[in-house]
Amino acid sequence: MSAELRCNGVALQTIVRREVRRFTRIWPQTLLPPAITMSLYFIIFGNLIGRQIGDLHGFSYMQFIVPGLIMMAVITNAYSNVVSSFFSSKFQRNIEELLVSPVSPHTIVIGYAIGGVLRGLAVALIVSLLSLFFTHLQVAHLGVTVLVILLTAAIFALGGLINAVFARSFDDVSIIPTFVLTPLTYLGGVFYSISQLPPFWQQVSQINPILHMVNAFRYGILGVSDLNIGLAIAFMLLTLVILYLWCIHLLSSGRGMRS
Amino acid sequence: MTAALTLRQLCKTYHNGFQALKGIDLDVAEGDFFALLGPNGAGKSTTIGILSTLVNKTSGTVQVFGHDLDRAPGALKRCLGVVPQEFNFNQFEKVFDIVVTQAGYYGIPARVAGERAEQYLTQLGLWDKRHAVSRELSGGMKRRLMIARALMHQPRLLILDEPTAGVDIELRRSMWSFLSELNQQGMSIILTTHYLEEAEQLCRNIAIIDQGRIVERSSMRELLLKLDMDTLLLDLGQTLGEAPLLQGYACQLLDSHTLEVQVPRQRGVTGLFAQLAERHIEVLSLRNKSNRLEELFVSLVQKNLVEDKA
Repeated sequence: MSAELRCNGVALQTIVRREVRRFTRIWPQTLLPPAITMSLYFIIFGNLIGRQIGDLHGFSYMQFIVPGLIMMAVITNAYSNVVSSFFSSKFQRNIEELLVSPVSPHTIVIGYAIGGVLRGLAVALIVSLLSLFFTHLQVAHLGVTVLVILLTAAIFALGGLINAVFARSFDDVSIIPTFVLTPLTYLGGVFYSISQLPPFWQQVSQINPILHMVNAFRYGILGVSDLNIGLAIAFMLLTLVILYLWCIHLLSSGRGMRS
Repeated sequence: MTAALTLRQLCKTYHNGFQALKGIDLDVAEGDFFALLGPNGAGKSTTIGILSTLVNKTSGTVQVFGHDLDRAPGALKRCLGVVPQEFNFNQFEKVFDIVVTQAGYYGIPARVAGERAEQYLTQLGLWDKRHAVSRELSGGMKRRLMIARALMHQPRLLILDEPTAGVDIELRRSMWSFLSELNQQGMSIILTTHYLEEAEQLCRNIAIIDQGRIVERSSMRELLLKLDMDTLLLDLGQTLGEAPLLQGYACQLLDSHTLEVQVPRQRGVTGLFAQLAERHIEVLSLRNKSNRLEELFVSLVQKNLVEDKA
């Protein structure tokens, strides 16, 4: 192994360790809120309202919404972990510690992305364990489940990094999650099947990338989907590659970090 | 011997059109303790920013121990430790974590990083504070933390941008002795400071930068020799009603016990004291009115300003 590669390997471990240390140190801000929010969703939507809705695709409403809620938690947490960590590094200027070091932009991007993915997975585990108090959960296609959750977390972690690079204030950090991610997630089939929508709105809904992710994940857990799974995974892979290259370009050019 | 730092025709023009550096040429020898001085806005921080890759140069070349910034930035960065002017560590991290994390960015394994952290934090008097969150440290401790952090990868060239700003005199002197020790061990050091006494005490060579240009580059000794007049303040053992007439020395009475005397370098102070003794004027102590380097610095910068306007 070349010295350069070994150096970047240690640097990658360092970034990941630092990111994990950060989100576990502030667990009341990072791990606890999704547990409380999702428990409320399970109680209110799954238990109280869900009883009156009946079955969807042969599953109880509670079982139907569990995969969507897990994905919702993964998307929000993977994104917000990276956007807040990277932006606060920019804000406090400790991002300069990384920029003056010989760490390559690839290592920085991968390190932050792994940090975001790990927080997404930690929250997914918490939400999944909580869901067991309300319903029986089994995994129909383990490979698809793992692949989709990893791809989704990585995509939104990279999205968070891009947001953080462009952000100039803490307001800029919250604009995308509030005005883009939340509406797209709620309209992404977390609480309903698009087969329940009129044909026109079914077509419109398919523009929403989160709908494809939620459906692919639901297919992994329940074995049912409204959409083509292969297409969804291909779309996610393509998105991941594009966002990764964009991140590398931003880090290499030092946009917003180098003058 | 390879030069620690070589700058050739280094230029920087910011997006707003401000030309911060106008073609700087500079060589710093390996093992040197070098002062880079200049008034605010002269281009010192821009130069350091370019070396640390936080500022993109417009043109010119930069080499650190022969590693070119454009061709081998990784190798250059491994040779370089930078202590910036402003605190730039995570305010919520613990002292130990900050230095060990920085070592990790340079590929130093955790075990080695832990040993070095103990070594440098102890040397800089921070080991007892290793579990403290950095924002709880005093200003002086924060400065020392930044020095410890910059040393973790054991750079061959250490650049310190005003490392003792806001630090009390006792701590400043202990930092001087620590930096001198590092230099004696072979580390090349470049220092920018507003305390000219600091540069005079520590540095062997000096460059003065003003309005993006190097206006003086020489050894500290040669530079101080250029100063042809010293202004001394004499504390007198008796009360004087008026300034005495001293042949070859202009003087004035600041108060009844303090005499200010202009001492031409070629005359020295022997003649002055002989004349004072003849007049039975007792001198209790003497001191420079201002730092010698400071006088020279002011005259060079003013001269540059006049030439620029012309």
